Amino acid sequence: MLSFLLRRLLTFVPTFIGVTIVSFVFIRLLPGDPILLLAGERGVGEERYAELIKQFGFDQPIWRQYIDYLGGVLQGDLGTSFVTKKPVVTEFFALFPATVELSLCAIILSVALGIPAGVIAAVNRGKFFDQALMTTALVGYSMPIFWWALLLIIVFSSGLGWTPVSGRISFMFFFDNVTGFMLIDSLLSGQKGAFLSAVRHLILPTIVLATIPLAIIARQTRSAMLEVLGEDYVRTARAKGLSPLKVNGQHALRNAMIPVITVIGLSIGTLMAGAILTETIFSWPGIGKWMVDSIFRRDYQVVQGGLLMIASIIMIVNLTVDVLYGWINPKIRKG
Amino acid sequence: MTDTSTNLPEPPGPLREFWSYFRENRGAVVGMYIFAAFFIVALIAPLLAPYTPNEQFRDHLLQPPFWQDGGSTEFLLGTDPLGRDMLSRLLFGARFSFFIGVIVVSIASFFGVIIGVIAGFAPKWVDTLIMRLMDIILSFPSLLLALVLVAILGPSLINAMIAIALVLQPHFVRLTRAAVLSERTKDYVTAGRVAGAGRLRTMFVTVLPNCLAPIIVQAALSFSSAILDAAALGFLGMGAQPPTPEWGTMLAESREFILRAWWVVTMPGLCILIAVLAINLMGDGLRDALDPKLKRS
Repeated sequence: MLSFLLRRLLTFVPTFIGVTIVSFVFIRLLPGDPILLLAGERGVGEERYAELIKQFGFDQPIWRQYIDYLGGVLQGDLGTSFVTKKPVVTEFFALFPATVELSLCAIILSVALGIPAGVIAAVNRGKFFDQALMTTALVGYSMPIFWWALLLIIVFSSGLGWTPVSGRISFMFFFDNVTGFMLIDSLLSGQKGAFLSAVRHLILPTIVLATIPLAIIARQTRSAMLEVLGEDYVRTARAKGLSPLKVNGQHALRNAMIPVITVIGLSIGTLMAGAILTETIFSWPGIGKWMVDSIFRRDYQVVQGGLLMIASIIMIVNLTVDVLYGWINPKIRKG
Repeated sequence: MTDTSTNLPEPPGPLREFWSYFRENRGAVVGMYIFAAFFIVALIAPLLAPYTPNEQFRDHLLQPPFWQDGGSTEFLLGTDPLGRDMLSRLLFGARFSFFIGVIVVSIASFFGVIIGVIAGFAPKWVDTLIMRLMDIILSFPSLLLALVLVAILGPSLINAMIAIALVLQPHFVRLTRAAVLSERTKDYVTAGRVAGAGRLRTMFVTVLPNCLAPIIVQAALSFSSAILDAAALGFLGMGAQPPTPEWGTMLAESREFILRAWWVVTMPGLCILIAVLAINLMGDGLRDALDPKLKRS
C-alpha cells in the first residue's frame, strides 16, 4: 500500500509542475501588454513603465520569471489582481465556499437520486421503469445546462414565482460571514426567514449543476449493478432465500458501489466546468463566475492563479479517489 | 467424401455483423435517423430555409410562432428581437453545429490517434512524457481551459473549435495508447514483423485498424461534446460571434428577452438538446455493437 501511495504521489509532482508551467505560459501568450492593462485608460509615462516592468520582473529572462513564479506559488503567493488590487489567494478563498456549498448540494442531490434510480433500473432490466429512467438519464446527460437553467428560470422563477433568479440570499438579510456557507451562516445569524431564503436561492442552481452528474451516476450505478447481479454470490444469496431487498441492497449494491464511488470522485471536474455556466447564469458569487469575469476583464493574474488553484484541487481530489480506490480494491494497487 | 465446408452458411461480413448488433438497440437506430436528418438539414439548409438567416424584418420584431396569438405562417417559428426568421436561423444553425462537430472530431482524433499510437510504440520515457502531458491537459476543467485558450486566440468560431479539439484530444490519446498496448504483443503483430514489416507499417497498417472500435465510439461521443462545448462558449460570448446563427450564440443574444418571448430561448436550446441526444443515443449503440466484451455471442 505504501509503495502504491508513493508511486501515485510521484506522478503527482510532475503533473503539478506541468500545470504551473501551463498556467504561467498561457498568461504570457495572452494578447495585450500587462503593464498597459494594469495602468488602465490613464496610461503610464515611459519612466513609470520601465519601473513597473522591473517591479513585476518582466525584464528578467523567461525561465527566471518562471522560477520566481514557482517560488511564489510554493509559498502561497499567486500574485495580485489587476482590478481589485487584492491578493489572488485571498479572493479565491473568499469565493470558494460559495462554489463548495453549491457543488456539495449538487453532489448530494445527484447521489441521493442517481444511485436509487440506477438500482431500480438494473433490478427491472428491460422493463418500462428501466427504459424510462435510462431515457431520462440520457436526456440529462445530453442537456445543454445553460439552456436548462434558462428554462427553469422561465417556469419556476418568472412563471410560478417560487424561486429567486440570482444571488445567494435576499437583500433583506445581512449578517456576518462566519463560515462562508450561506446555509450555516443564515442559521447562525438567528434571523427569521434567512435560512429559508438561502435554501430558495440554492434550489435552481443545485438542480442545474446536478443534472449531468446525476445522469452519469445513474447510468454507472445501473451498469455496475447489472454486472454484479450476474455474479455467483448474488445467486447464492437468492438461493438461500434472502429477500430481494437484502440481496439487492446488501449483497449487490455494496459491491457495485466501488466503480460508482470513483465516478462520483471524478465528477468534481465536471462540477467545476458546470459551475462556470451555472454560476454565470444565476449570478452565483463563486469561483466559476469569478474566472469568467476575470477572463472578460483581462485580469490575467487572477486567471493564472485561478487556473492553477482549480487544477490543483481537481488533481488532489483525483489523487485521493485513486488512493481510496487502491485501498478498497487491492487489484488496483498491484496493477 | 463430401466437402462439408461448402454447406456452411457464409459468415457475415464485419459491416453486416455490426449492423445486426446495432439494429437491436432501438434507441440507437432512432438516434441514427435523427442524426441523418440533421446531416441532410445541414447540407441543404439554404433550400429549406424560407429566408436568409440575417435578413431583418423591422415590422415583425419578436413575432410569436404561428400557433400563438399574433403569429403568422409567414414566420413559422416566430422572429427574434431583430426581426430575423427563427426557423431560417435554426436551420442554418444546424450547419454550424454539424461543421463544428466534424472539424473538432477530425482534428482531435487525427492528432490524438497519431500521438496515442506513438506513445504505445515509443520507448518508455517518450510514453511517460506524452502521458504526463495528457494528464496535465486533463487536470483542467475542459470548458475553463477552452475559455482561456479562446481568450488567448481571440473569440471566434474557428478558435473555439481549435480550443475544444485540443481539450478533447487527450481522450483519444489515452484510448488509442491503451488499445495499442493490448494489441502490440499479439501473434499477428509479431508475424507481421517477422515477415519484414517496418515500424511505421506495423504501427499504422497492422495494429491501428484493430484498435479502431473504441476510437469510433469516442469519436461519436466527442461529436456531441464538441457541439455542447461550442454552444456553451457561444453562450458565454467566446464562441461564434453575432450575427452568426450558431445555436449557443443565438441563446446568448436573446437571453434578455427570456420573459417576453419564450420561443427565442426555447428553440435554439431544444435544437442543441435533440442533436446531442441523437448522437449520444447513436454512440451508446455503437459502443454496444463494437465492444467485444458486451457482445452476446
